[in-house]
Amino acid sequence: MAQQTAIAKPLGRPTPAASPELPFARSSKPRSLWTDAWRRLLRNRMAIVGMVIITVFALMAITADVLTPYDMNDQHHESVYRPPAWAPSGDSNYLLGTDGVGRDELSRLIYGARVSLVVGVVPVTLNLLIGTTLGMAAGYLGGRVDNLLMRLVDVFFAFPDLLLIIIMSVAFRETWIGQQLGGLLIMFIAIAVTGWVGTSRIVRGQVLSQKRKEYIEAARAIGAGHFRIMSRHLMPNILAPLIVGVAFAIPGAIFTEAALSFIGLGIRPPTASWGNMIQDGLASIYSNQVLIIAPAICVALVMLSFTFLGDGLRDALDPRMKQ
Amino acid sequence: MFRYLIRRLLWIVPVLFTISMITFVMMKVTPGGPFDVSSSGRELPRELVESLERRYHLHEPEWKQYLIYMGLLPTSTGADGRPVFKGVFQGDLGPSYQYKGRSVTEILFEAGPARPWWESRFGRSAQLGVLGFLLGISIGIPLGIIAALNHNRFADYASLFGATIFVSTPNFVVAIFLMIVFGLWLHWLPIVARSWHEPSAWVLPTFCLGVGQAAFITRLTRATMLEVLRQDYIRTARAKGLRDNVVMLRHALRNAMIPVATVLGPALAALITGTFFIETMFSFPGMGRLFVQSISQRDYSMIMGTTLLFAFMIALANLVVDLVYGWLDPRITYS
Repeated sequence: MAQQTAIAKPLGRPTPAASPELPFARSSKPRSLWTDAWRRLLRNRMAIVGMVIITVFALMAITADVLTPYDMNDQHHESVYRPPAWAPSGDSNYLLGTDGVGRDELSRLIYGARVSLVVGVVPVTLNLLIGTTLGMAAGYLGGRVDNLLMRLVDVFFAFPDLLLIIIMSVAFRETWIGQQLGGLLIMFIAIAVTGWVGTSRIVRGQVLSQKRKEYIEAARAIGAGHFRIMSRHLMPNILAPLIVGVAFAIPGAIFTEAALSFIGLGIRPPTASWGNMIQDGLASIYSNQVLIIAPAICVALVMLSFTFLGDGLRDALDPRMKQ
Repeated sequence: MFRYLIRRLLWIVPVLFTISMITFVMMKVTPGGPFDVSSSGRELPRELVESLERRYHLHEPEWKQYLIYMGLLPTSTGADGRPVFKGVFQGDLGPSYQYKGRSVTEILFEAGPARPWWESRFGRSAQLGVLGFLLGISIGIPLGIIAALNHNRFADYASLFGATIFVSTPNFVVAIFLMIVFGLWLHWLPIVARSWHEPSAWVLPTFCLGVGQAAFITRLTRATMLEVLRQDYIRTARAKGLRDNVVMLRHALRNAMIPVATVLGPALAALITGTFFIETMFSFPGMGRLFVQSISQRDYSMIMGTTLLFAFMIALANLVVDLVYGWLDPRITYS
C-alpha cells in the first residue's frame, strides 16, 4: 500500500513512472485488482460523499449515549410539542423541538440512527452467510442439491419479500421472539430469511461461470480439496458482484425497517426508529412539520448515501461499466 | 408459445399453495384469536366465542381448517345432500372477522350499492397501480434514453442524479415532502382528499407511487442503452448509412429494453407492495390500506385473503413480463 502511494505521488523528483509508455515502470509488484478498484472508487465524488455521510451517521449511532442531550424516552411534560429552537417560541434546550409527549426530537433522531444502521448491517451479514453458503453449494456441487435449492429459490422469488416480512412480523409480534431487542430480532430474521435468495442466485450464477475455468482445473490438478477450491479459489473471483449486491441490500434493509415501523409493525415503541417517528409525526403534520421532516430526511439521506456508495462500488469493480 | 403459457399459468398454482400455506401457518402461530375482544372492547362470553368459532370452523384441527379455507374440504352438506365447497378455489376468501356479516371477497371487490366495481377497494388500487406504472414507464424510458444519448453531459448527470435520489428515497418519504410542499405550503393539492372523484386528489398518490418506478427504469434504461450503444451492430447500422432515429429505435432501443423487461417483474411487485404505504399515507380507500388496517385489527381472514390476492397479482405480473421478454428477444424459445 505504501508503495502504491509512492507511485501516485512522485515526490518532486521525476521518475520513469511519469513517462506515458511505461506508467508502472518503477513498481516492482503489479497493482492488484482490488487496489485498482479502490482507486477508482476514491475518484468517484458521489461515492465519497456517500461514505462521509454514512461515517457521520455511524459515529452518531456509536456515540449516541454521549451525544444526546436527553434520554430518548425522557418525557418533559412541561414542554410538549415545542417548535424547533430557531422558531420564535422555540426553546434552545430542545434544538429540534419535542414531540407529543415531550420527548426531545434530536435525541430520538440520534438513537434512531442506531436502529437503522444495525438493521442495515446485521440481517445483510446473515443473508450473506446463508446466501453464499447455499449458492456456492448449489453452483459447485450441482446435480440434485442444485435442483432442490433452485426450486426453493423459485418459490421464495415468487413470494414478494415485503409481504413475507410483514406476515412474519405480524405472526411473531406478540411472541417472545417478537419482543426481543424492541422488535429488532424478528426484523433481523425476517429480512435475512427473504434476503438470502437474491444473494444465493448471484453466487450460484458466478460459480457456474467460473468453475469450468482453467485455474479451477489447475487447483484440482495439484490436489486441492473441495473446500479449499471453494474458499480460496472461487470465492475471491466471485467477490466483486457480491460486494455490489451487499451495498444495495443494505439500503433495502433500512427501507424495510422504516416502512414496517411506519405502518406500526417493526420496531416497538417506545424504542425510537425513524420509521415510527415518521408515523408519530404524521399526527402533527399540520402543527409541527419538523417532527416528520427530520426523520424523513435522515432515512432519505442514509439510503441515498448507500446507493451512491453502491453505484461507486459497481463502477469501480466492473471497469467495463465506466466510459 | 401456447404450451409455454399454459405451463407458466400452472406454475402459479404450487406457488400460491406454498404462499397460502406459509401465510396460514404464520396466522396460526399468532397468539390471540379474532374473538378475544369485541368491537366495544369488552371480553366476549365464553359460549359466544365457542359458537363463533364453530361457525367459522375454528374448532376443527388446523389442517382441516386450511383445506376448508382453500375449498378442498366441504363445509357442509347442501339441501340436496351434496357437499358444499366454499373456499379460495370457489372465489370465496371467507368471512371477515372484523366487518361482521361481510365476506372478504365482498369487501375487496364490491363497491357498495349502486356503485360501479371500479370504486371497490380492488378497483381503486388497480387504477392507482396502473396509473403509477404508466407514469413510471412514460418518464423512465425517455429519460433514460436522453441520459444515455447525452452521456457525460449535463442532461446525463442531471437525470442520473435525480433518478438516484428518487430511487433511494422510500415512497412514503417522498409523499411526506410533497404533501408538505404542495398541500400545506402552496395549497395546490389536497392533503386528505375530500372525494376521490376529483382528479386533483389522485395527483400526489399517483406521483409518489410512480416516481420510484420512473427513477428505477431511468437508471436501468440508461445503463443498458450505454452498453448497447457500444456494440458492433450499432456501428454497423450507422456505417451502412441508417438515419439516427432508425438506429436508435430499431437497433439500440429494442435491445436495450430486454434487460429492462426482465426487472419489470420485481419492479411491479415493488409497485404493488408500495401501495401499502402510499394508501396509508393518503387515506386512499384501496386494498393496500385495508391490508395495513387488517393487520392492526388482527383480521386474519382479511390478511390471508389480501396476501393471496397480492401474491396472485405479482405472479401474474411476472408472467406478463416473461411474455413481453420473449416478444422482445426472439432468441428465447418457449420449449
